[in-house]
Amino acid sequence: MCATCGCDSESKISIHKVEPIANVNWNEVQFTKPVEIPIPVGGKEIKVEQNILWKNKALAQDNRTFFLANNIVALNLVSSPGSGKTSLLERTLQDLKSDLDFFVIEGDQQTSNDADRIAATQVPVIQINTGKGCHLDAQMIREAVRQLNPSENSVLFIENIGNLVCPAMFDLGEQKRVVIISVTEGDDKPLKYPDMFASSQLCIINKIDLLPYVNFNLEQVKSYARQVNRKMEFIELSCTTGVGLTEWYEWLKKINAEHTLVRV
Amino acid sequence: MHELSIVMSIVETAEQKVREHHAQTVESIDLVIGDLSGVDRHALDFAWEAGVKDTVLQAAKRTIIQVPAKAKCLECDCEFQIKELFDVCPLCGEPLLQIIQGKELQIKSMVLN
Repeated sequence: MCATCGCDSESKISIHKVEPIANVNWNEVQFTKPVEIPIPVGGKEIKVEQNILWKNKALAQDNRTFFLANNIVALNLVSSPGSGKTSLLERTLQDLKSDLDFFVIEGDQQTSNDADRIAATQVPVIQINTGKGCHLDAQMIREAVRQLNPSENSVLFIENIGNLVCPAMFDLGEQKRVVIISVTEGDDKPLKYPDMFASSQLCIINKIDLLPYVNFNLEQVKSYARQVNRKMEFIELSCTTGVGLTEWYEWLKKINAEHTLVRV
Repeated sequence: MHELSIVMSIVETAEQKVREHHAQTVESIDLVIGDLSGVDRHALDFAWEAGVKDTVLQAAKRTIIQVPAKAKCLECDCEFQIKELFDVCPLCGEPLLQIIQGKELQIKSMVLN
């Protein structure tokens, strides 16, 4: 394709170069095409030059502004299904709910099972069921936040759909994205799903109590993750034994204290 | 399959532009998609067929301008093409790269009728 006028270089068009004309509103220009051009005459060409996901980006920015204005720390938890996101949340809420105010948005294709588990910890929670959808988007978060009405100075956990691919592309307006990987998964996940690891700031390695039983190399996974994201932080923990949880809680408290920092 | 969401966003923008310009349909649409944009071409083709049905884009000729990914090495400053986010500098072997091209995901232009 010709980069100047967008024509197919294999067709019969001979002239490609167009001199720029000053002060022309291209949206209003009616192009009259020479007969050789395969596009029918009468079409009106408009320049769009707009990001395809502009609406999600705009809504995410809206959400982010709302969170900042209300001193809410919003964390987007992403992982493959079964990495232990909900278990980590349950444990965190039980252990820290007397220190911090929590709100939770649960995303799943179907069921309110996860929201029911969170509700049992007495923390306000709302479930989003995406039906066939494979990710949460900023519009869903906006609506959920409207209904959940998180209080000022709180921490909002958004548990995304278990999927290491699609949620990477959709900014929700979160301050931090936390990717969770469990040791029962392959340690090459960061290379297989680089977009998710590149867009996250913290990587939690869960279920480390199972390390003696599985073929998972901690240093290898960190090295792979650093290849796609050299600023990645890591916390190794187990929700079952409780090892490493203190470090995660310290991280949460630190983020809560410096909540105005936006790096997404 | 976030490609369907992407197609639906394109449909939304197209319908908005058609309304704004008092047109009827979109005759052709040019998209710019970088190799590191996270969009799978096959999935996009599949989603396109389903997503544009009964919309202003149904009969539109779609052209995809593919943008190869390029990075700059933060150690030696050389620029080169990459295939993956984790590629290393071909000159000095450093993994510290700045992506300078290939994340594009844009509607470039449309021809309205």
